[in-house]
Amino acid sequence: MTAVTDRYEPVIGLETHVELGTRTKMFCGCTTVFGGEPNSQVCPVCLGLPGSLPVVNKLSIEYTIKIGLALNCSIASWCRFARKNYFYPDMPKNFQISQYDEPLCVDGYLDVQVEGKTIRVGIERVHLEEDTGKSLHVGGATGRIHGADYSLVDYNRAGIPLVEIVTKPVDGTGALAPVVAKAYVTELRDLLRSLNVSDVRMEEGSMRCDVNTSLSPAGSGVWGTRTETKNVNSLRSVERAVRSEMDRQATVLDAGERIVQETRHFHEDSGTTTSGRSKEEAQDYRYFPEPDLVPVAPAADWVEQIRATLPEAPALRRARLKAEWALSDLDMAALTNADALDLVEATVAAGATPADARKWWLGELARRANEAQLELTALKITPAQVARVTALVTAGTLNDSLARQTLDAVLAGEGEPDEVVAAKGLAVVSDDGALTAAVADAIAANPDAVASIQAGKMGAIGVLVGAVMKATRGKADPARVRALIQERIG
Amino acid sequence: MSITRDDVAHLARLSRIALTDAELDHLAPQLDQIISAVAQVQEVAADGIPPTSHATGLTNVFREDEPRPCLTAEEALDQAPAVDLQRFRVPRILGTEE
Amino acid sequence: MDLTRSTAAELCGLLNAKQVSAREVAQAHLDRIAAVDDKVHAFLHVAADDALAQAEEIDSRRAAGEALPALAGVPVAVKDVFVTKGMPTTCGSRILEGWRPPYDSTIAERLKANGAIILGKTNMDEFAMGSSTENSAYGPTHNPWDLSKIPGGSSGGSSAAVAAYEAPLATGSDTGGSIRQPAAVCGIVGTKPTYGGSSRYGVIAFASSLDTPGPFGRTVLDTALLHEAMSGHDPMDSTSIDAPVPPVVEAARQADVSGMRIGVVTELSGDGYQPGVMRRFAEAVEVLEHLGAKVTEVSCPHFKYALPAYYLIAPSECSSNLARFDAMRYGLRVGDDGRLDAEEVMSLTREQGFGAEVKRRIILGTYALSSGYYDAYYGKAQQVRTLIIRDFDAAFGQVDVLVSPATPTTAFGIGERADDPMAMYLADLCTIPSDLAGNAAISVPCGLADEDSLPVGFQVMAPAMADDRLYRVGAAVEAAFTARWGQPLLNNAKGLGE
Repeated sequence: MTAVTDRYEPVIGLETHVELGTRTKMFCGCTTVFGGEPNSQVCPVCLGLPGSLPVVNKLSIEYTIKIGLALNCSIASWCRFARKNYFYPDMPKNFQISQYDEPLCVDGYLDVQVEGKTIRVGIERVHLEEDTGKSLHVGGATGRIHGADYSLVDYNRAGIPLVEIVTKPVDGTGALAPVVAKAYVTELRDLLRSLNVSDVRMEEGSMRCDVNTSLSPAGSGVWGTRTETKNVNSLRSVERAVRSEMDRQATVLDAGERIVQETRHFHEDSGTTTSGRSKEEAQDYRYFPEPDLVPVAPAADWVEQIRATLPEAPALRRARLKAEWALSDLDMAALTNADALDLVEATVAAGATPADARKWWLGELARRANEAQLELTALKITPAQVARVTALVTAGTLNDSLARQTLDAVLAGEGEPDEVVAAKGLAVVSDDGALTAAVADAIAANPDAVASIQAGKMGAIGVLVGAVMKATRGKADPARVRALIQERIG
Repeated sequence: MSITRDDVAHLARLSRIALTDAELDHLAPQLDQIISAVAQVQEVAADGIPPTSHATGLTNVFREDEPRPCLTAEEALDQAPAVDLQRFRVPRILGTEE
Repeated sequence: MDLTRSTAAELCGLLNAKQVSAREVAQAHLDRIAAVDDKVHAFLHVAADDALAQAEEIDSRRAAGEALPALAGVPVAVKDVFVTKGMPTTCGSRILEGWRPPYDSTIAERLKANGAIILGKTNMDEFAMGSSTENSAYGPTHNPWDLSKIPGGSSGGSSAAVAAYEAPLATGSDTGGSIRQPAAVCGIVGTKPTYGGSSRYGVIAFASSLDTPGPFGRTVLDTALLHEAMSGHDPMDSTSIDAPVPPVVEAARQADVSGMRIGVVTELSGDGYQPGVMRRFAEAVEVLEHLGAKVTEVSCPHFKYALPAYYLIAPSECSSNLARFDAMRYGLRVGDDGRLDAEEVMSLTREQGFGAEVKRRIILGTYALSSGYYDAYYGKAQQVRTLIIRDFDAAFGQVDVLVSPATPTTAFGIGERADDPMAMYLADLCTIPSDLAGNAAISVPCGLADEDSLPVGFQVMAPAMADDRLYRVGAAVEAAFTARWGQPLLNNAKGLGE
């Protein structure tokens, strides 16, 4: 069996929905805080009650322009919202206020790095719309939508501003297509995070992807029929979904059959897609300009003001930090994969060396986060606190073992590093008088080891160092202890 | 341009209205008559004329991102035909999970 | 003294002078409703207890020496298209039967803030679609001039309530003529303010780009008083104009047209216009000329396409606006037996909850917006709209106001056009252009047609946010005719045998 991409050229496209991090909804003043009691974050507007009217949240426009600018898009000088008409119980008005042929941002790109190559993913459009409510399907064998007896709807999420970012078709990536898809979504996530416009958490659904995939016979230059895979809710799934859909489509095409244009659902557990409802009647959304809203015409100076607030692009920043910190590609990848770039940068800014900052975040702290099943960023310790601990080590006040104890105490909320060191008496014992006594005790208690050392077996010094460390409960500087022992026995 | 009974049946499905056969019989010729009449707009020479979706000429009407009080869940659910677990209870939904 | 015969302006005077209490005024109108509304059927809901409680509150505030707002203690009837918190709001539809909203429309809030006493909710064509109020799911309203005639529509409950002295003032909404046409056929005054001049927040949408709430009164001044109280910028409505309300009350008091340039619209006459209507209209124009106005004839060539454009735009918007009535969150639910799915329950509910005209328009609008037809219908209608606006712009370059009959005919018989939609749609021939252009227009009584002794309305149209001009002209016409007739026209209404 040859590789799929020997026979077919994949073309992918991604539609990413991102919930914006505004305090209030797209068209009303209801709070967007995550996790409220069901139907407690609703009002006549987002419930679509008769007579209610939408009013656009200015910040959502600003955020969308910001995203568009960061994706190198042109910003429309005049555009309108449109109604997308279709009936669904989680959509209170049975139309979604969206944008149709006049999106706010068009024609940009995002560069992604895959296996050392830069691939430019074209951005077709960035537009703004409103999210829907959430349904809970009750009864039936599976608890899923199919076979459910009834559904329960919570409209707290209805009306949350949602930005849709649509790529142009990406072709020519061959076997790399699944990796490119994942790299694009990762890069987009990092970009959005750097813009501070969304918490971009795929697990919580604030970022969601639909993946379009088609195959065309290699060399034919004719694009195949595409499918749209929904429910792709992690970075890993993006890659798996494209791979699985490529394989499935290849099998269909190899058998001489045709690909059906349809929506498919990705299943996290099996890593495969299944067909959604095949639409007996093609959807006719009957888009028309939303008559309850007036056009949006962002003034050029407003757009320029927003442009001036753009942070450094993640790719540029990574390149800069890699050079500043003298890291290898592998080191850099480790940092970004662990989502530690911001933390390390802040720790360095607080005075640590890049090497120390990396060592603690990727080592000890990553291990703690892993044990607690937390994101690194969720640990209850600040970059400044980590920087302070590294400073104490550099100064000789702490050794690595004491530093670990200090971090534990800080993580446990016992105070600032200096307070913890003082309160628990964690500082290295550097008073030679106290050490001299401990060394004398160790020598007296271990005559065999002393004899070995005197016989030239220097390895036995370790026994004496260990005894001193034990006696001082780890607070001695092992190098100093070794020197004192050698002085006495030497 | 004319509209058939089948067209009306399709439009009724799209509009989620379970028209009866008798209504379809009655409505189809009426709609055909209305559509022929409104099709007069096509006589107008309108090349290059911009469409008006709104007469006010307003643009950029926004609100600040300031929270306002919500309804209580009790108020929100008060007029619902059916409620369960503080949610709107609706008949089973066929179709895709969005 | 019969308080129901007093105008709102007179009631304000009596209340301010403490010659009557708000409670007495409210009670008089509630008594009148109890006496005649079984014949007129203007009201869908009478809020007697609330009205009396509100009136008593006004009285106690007045007794305490508080400075009270303009309409303190004056009763008003509210069209059932306005959402009223805790008070039944049906929009004339079975699909909303029993709905008690958890919020107030901006205009209901403003009426309350102005001290007006809400008597109840008035009948209307279902979802404001119609010109006769026959499309109400709760039965037709009857014209106080002749109970066998329609009171106009869609705001026919409001126009009939005012004409039958059940309320001195009422609110309505005008999408294609739904204030001016009922005012005309009931012999009272009704204004469609500039689109964006009065808030749509809480006005159940029919066609969002056209819907305009406005006032009814028996006199031009009363209408101006309500116009002023209900209007003004509302941040809850994105299409609301952020500018001061035009000085309508002052204009109604001035009633001065000397030197005003008045244009008679050529296209709003001719075939289909009742001769008696045209005669009364011509007399009104002569009156204005006599009062010193300069009258010319003005052509608006695209007005003849206003009706077809309207019957594409309004149904298109309505097909989308009415999608929310789906049995999921409020209102009627039909067929939820645990077996049918949501889509089936929606379809059955909408089938049984909507009346024939609403279904007709939803389907027409769904068609006009469908892919493949959009450009030929909705898109084209929006271009025609631009041309109509340009006609108005050109006309208002030459004249200060335009005038025409408000309706081609006087009130027709109940049932006469009930299943002939095209004939029904013609009732809005003269009123639709101003809705499409979003400017301001009024209908004031100008006499009775010779053929049937039914009232004729004189329409005045003014540029957007020049609503005050309507009242200057309207008040001048009213003063001249009242002097000529020796009494208000409405004194001739004999439908209630009085």
